[in-house]
Amino acid sequence: MIQYVLRRLLQVIPVFVGTTLLVYYMVFALPGDPIAALFGDRQPNPAVIAALRQQYHLDEPFWVQYGLFLKNLFTFNLGNDFTGQPIAATLGRVFPVTAMLAIEALVIQGVFGVAAGLFAGLRKGKLFDSTVLIASLVVIAIPTFVLGFVLQLVVGVQLGWAKPTVGSDASWGTLLLPAFVLGLVSFAYVLRLTRASVIENMNADYVRTATAKGLSRPRVVLAHILRNSMIPVATYLGANLGALMGGAIVTEGIFNVPGVGQKLYQAILRSEGPTIVAIVSVFVLIFVVANLLVDLLYAWLDPRIRYDK
Amino acid sequence: MTSNYQADHYVAPIDETPLLATDSVRTDQAPLSLWAEAWRKLRRRPLFIVSVLLIVLLVVIALFPGLFTQVAPNDNCDLQFSDGPPTAGHPFGYTFQGCDVFSRVIHGTQASLSVGVLSVFFVLVIGVTLGALAGFFGGWLDAVIARLGDIFFALPLVLGALVITQLPFFKDNKSVWTVVMVIVLLAWPQMARITRGAVMEVRNADFVTAARSLGVSRMGSLLRHVLPNALAPIIVLATMELGVFIVAEATLSFLGIGLPGSVMSWGNDIAAAQPSLRTNPAVLLYPATALSITVLSFIMLGDALRDALDPKSRQR
Amino acid sequence: MKVPHMTTSKISVSEAGASDVKPLLEIRDLAISFATSGGEVQAVRNAHLTIMPGETVAIVGESGSGKSTTALAAIGLLPANGRVSGGQILLDGEDIAGAPEKRMIELRGNTIGMVPQDPMSNLNPVWKIGYQVRETLRANGRPDGPDDVARVLAEAGLPDAHRRAKQYPHEFSGGMRQRALIAIGLSCQPRLLIADEPTSALDVTVQRQILDHLDKMTTELGTSVLLITHDLGLAAERADKVVVMYRGNVVEAGPSLDLLRNPRHPYTQRLVASAPSLASRRIQVAKELGVESEDLLAPSEASPGAAFTGTTAQHRAQQGKDKPEEVLRVENLSKVFKLRSGIGRSADFTAVDSVSFGVKRGTTTAIVGESGSGKSTVAQMVLNLLPPTSGRIVFDGVDTATLNSREIFAFRRRVQPIFQDPYGSLDPMYNIFRTIEEPLRTHKVGNRASREKKVRELLDQVALPQSTMQRYPNELSGGQRQRVAVARALALDPEVIICDEAVSALDVLVQAQVLNLLADLQANLGLTYLFITHDLAVVRQIADHVCVMEKGRLVETGATDDVFDAPQQEYTKALLNAIPGASLMLPPEVATA
Repeated sequence: MIQYVLRRLLQVIPVFVGTTLLVYYMVFALPGDPIAALFGDRQPNPAVIAALRQQYHLDEPFWVQYGLFLKNLFTFNLGNDFTGQPIAATLGRVFPVTAMLAIEALVIQGVFGVAAGLFAGLRKGKLFDSTVLIASLVVIAIPTFVLGFVLQLVVGVQLGWAKPTVGSDASWGTLLLPAFVLGLVSFAYVLRLTRASVIENMNADYVRTATAKGLSRPRVVLAHILRNSMIPVATYLGANLGALMGGAIVTEGIFNVPGVGQKLYQAILRSEGPTIVAIVSVFVLIFVVANLLVDLLYAWLDPRIRYDK
Repeated sequence: MTSNYQADHYVAPIDETPLLATDSVRTDQAPLSLWAEAWRKLRRRPLFIVSVLLIVLLVVIALFPGLFTQVAPNDNCDLQFSDGPPTAGHPFGYTFQGCDVFSRVIHGTQASLSVGVLSVFFVLVIGVTLGALAGFFGGWLDAVIARLGDIFFALPLVLGALVITQLPFFKDNKSVWTVVMVIVLLAWPQMARITRGAVMEVRNADFVTAARSLGVSRMGSLLRHVLPNALAPIIVLATMELGVFIVAEATLSFLGIGLPGSVMSWGNDIAAAQPSLRTNPAVLLYPATALSITVLSFIMLGDALRDALDPKSRQR
Repeated sequence: MKVPHMTTSKISVSEAGASDVKPLLEIRDLAISFATSGGEVQAVRNAHLTIMPGETVAIVGESGSGKSTTALAAIGLLPANGRVSGGQILLDGEDIAGAPEKRMIELRGNTIGMVPQDPMSNLNPVWKIGYQVRETLRANGRPDGPDDVARVLAEAGLPDAHRRAKQYPHEFSGGMRQRALIAIGLSCQPRLLIADEPTSALDVTVQRQILDHLDKMTTELGTSVLLITHDLGLAAERADKVVVMYRGNVVEAGPSLDLLRNPRHPYTQRLVASAPSLASRRIQVAKELGVESEDLLAPSEASPGAAFTGTTAQHRAQQGKDKPEEVLRVENLSKVFKLRSGIGRSADFTAVDSVSFGVKRGTTTAIVGESGSGKSTVAQMVLNLLPPTSGRIVFDGVDTATLNSREIFAFRRRVQPIFQDPYGSLDPMYNIFRTIEEPLRTHKVGNRASREKKVRELLDQVALPQSTMQRYPNELSGGQRQRVAVARALALDPEVIICDEAVSALDVLVQAQVLNLLADLQANLGLTYLFITHDLAVVRQIADHVCVMEKGRLVETGATDDVFDAPQQEYTKALLNAIPGASLMLPPEVATA
């Protein structure tokens, strides 16, 4: 197990370095003046330019620049945005909101997706199963931002069941609708994945043997069918965290949720290059670390992995 | 009655179970290749028929929008019709700018489909090539390609696109091609991973070893035996990704970092409809519905293909 | 050995009053059907069998004969699309054919236990062995503390049971997993144990140990056993009674030895005649009487010419005299694999350790060994698909390591393989014509028309109809695919054919047919075979010389008859002893029946 963790850690390091290097290189080391490019057509305040030059050590060699960038990233020294606010402080304020949103969305995907998938899989070919199968395809086909607008309009405005926009009042309750929008597409994927894997495991030899041992049906379903079906679902949820982050940008924009995604959305609208790079780098860091955690969860779920040579 | 059964030596009457010749070849059916078998299963599935019909319709609309609407999408925009209701010849009503919604939806098809098809094409070229080489040859080549893929994989599509589109080149040359480049750059690792897995599953099959011991070269056995047998998951993923990439384009356009405003696209129209959402939701719903139906067709096709090509459902 | 137990159990039965003893399980007129896309398919018809308390009954049949389906019905575990469509399954007089699931859950484990076929797939990989034993005990209301779990495992012959209980299935070898499954099946002392091919996935020596242990346990507990097997020799050796199933019907049933010595149904006769585990006797008897084994196999479709009988052997011997030179010589061949063991470390694993042997032209040499013996690695190296670590392979006087790529290409024409898995050895995307034509096309032999003619000839040679050309592998049975693989191997008129477990995956009758075919081809074409197998019974049927391998080393080599009649090494003796049914003598009348 320890060997497995070490090996995974060793694999994560080049990925993180490679990805941040890629992001950094694209923004700061391509030909042309990066600062001018960051601002596009607008003429920024010379003081801001000077601050940015210092912030990103643009006079140093590339590798030193990159090293300092990484150091800044790990010390949460992310510089200031165009209004002069430190980005790190802003992130610290908005991050809990996004975390709440993501957790709610993950629960919707994970818990409800797995439950519905299990139910459909056990009743393969029955009415519930075929209805859910078609419905999940439709859900997958509707882009998150369309779904967001439609639910905002129907549930928020016309029915008045929820606040159409969250604003400064971010709580578990007000975030429910945005979280539902954010989690719904992946909910459909998790459902289908669980269903497929339940059907496969239902026909596995060890499930038949478990039944032959005299175990009750609920025990066979929970301890053998469901337990083994969690393995691919865990992998999917990990890989899907990236999509969740992308979705958060869209969802927070639509529902005016004061989270990281919205800050990023605003930064894009205002073409604030440095803020974009800083936030994306933090996201990449979270994504890589989260995937590492998922891998550990995976190893816990599937003991064979720990000995995988 | 059965007390002395154990001493009995029972023999069934021979005419009850006549002996068949050992291992005779069935000759009562037409030969059936795997593709023919898949086609047989597919053509009976409503999901498949519906999705293919929809896709054909979409392709016709994209190629010949003039067949469906005589109204040019950008001309004749008249602010006096702003957010106007449907009228004769304008079944979907008018946008905030007073343009014909129906015409814009029809003309927007082309951009969505071209981004989807072009992205999938290049993702296939890059992903399948790298994935197949990595999976078949293994070793350091595999390690390098896998790590390279991991690096791009760690950049989620929307986040990665946000960064890439900040580059001067992409900012200055917004077009279908830049959107395709962004998508391909961020989406090839997924295809490479699937291909690699499928190739690794086949590469040690006995029929590949048999071909090698016949004198077929390594490259030859990869192209003639391994890849054709690894195609099923690749085809399924490519079909599904067509839908996913169309969503990606719309999402990027919606965020303002996709297609330029001058290109007619559903994503742009949905973004433009946002301000008048509460007063005239139809303006948003029409392009959104068109987008969803398009994506749904490809996802349904992919789902039907997955079932039909699933090796577990094949007869042995 | 079951035979002595059988008598003791019968004595105890008669002591209890022979006429009053009621059968534990009685299956009457059982019919089972499966719902498929093509409609209802009848898998079992009119099956009947009776198991007395303490008795072992074996159901013997080929794949698809309905033997497993019948057994699964007895424990209520038919697949979702299967159902009992007629007849009764009486357990102690209670009909459980239509019993509610609740009643079946009560019976399973406690009254009816099961030992499944494949030890690799029947333990849940994510739970520790001990947990899987404990949940069985708990579900059946038995004490389930750590000591109880360890006791159950220890009784099944697992050493160090306390520690083993804390391990996962993938840390167990196949034989150990099968012991764990036996422990689970017997943990609640059921009165009936259903053992579905309990050892067919294991090496013969392990198979013997496990069956011996199973015998001992069921005898001690007085458990009745329903043994499902494809191996007539094993059934006869282990069971009191044998039931033969064919195409869903019971065609013959009776006391084991009686049935074996005096088979009455033509199918049983065919089965007895082809059973490899009994074949050594059969061939000798047949030779003495001058009967061609093909007569025993009749009516069989594929019977081109003589079988491996006296005539073939003579022919072979004659060829051996004509061309006595060694076509293949292996000298001190070794292969060392590097295994990763943790980060940056690797351990050497010697798969083949200094192996030397020679193969004379026109003869068959068998390399026999259990899994992990390195026999397949030798085959890979001889095929020039894997470079040796050290040692030489000399083919027709030339060291194959010195060949350049053009010479290797030429070498491939002369040495061809046939592989084990009939489902994996043909490209599913290629039709049969393309499959057999591929070697010709690769070596640019002839034009399209001449190649098609050659493919037709090859199909004739392997006794497949020419119309098979248009078909795809998924439409053919295992035996037919294997014949296609033979045709492909023959396309380039090779001199040496390497058969890597070429008949191991086939049913006995089909196996006999393919072996006949190989023997005929050798007689007609003067082929040399290097036959890799784990099955000593097959070796005796076809090989002139035999090399016994154990853990990468060659332990014994010699003429087949010498090795079989007077084995020199303990390992060889153990292997020979482990052949099921080897101890059962067949009287000559079988051959003339």
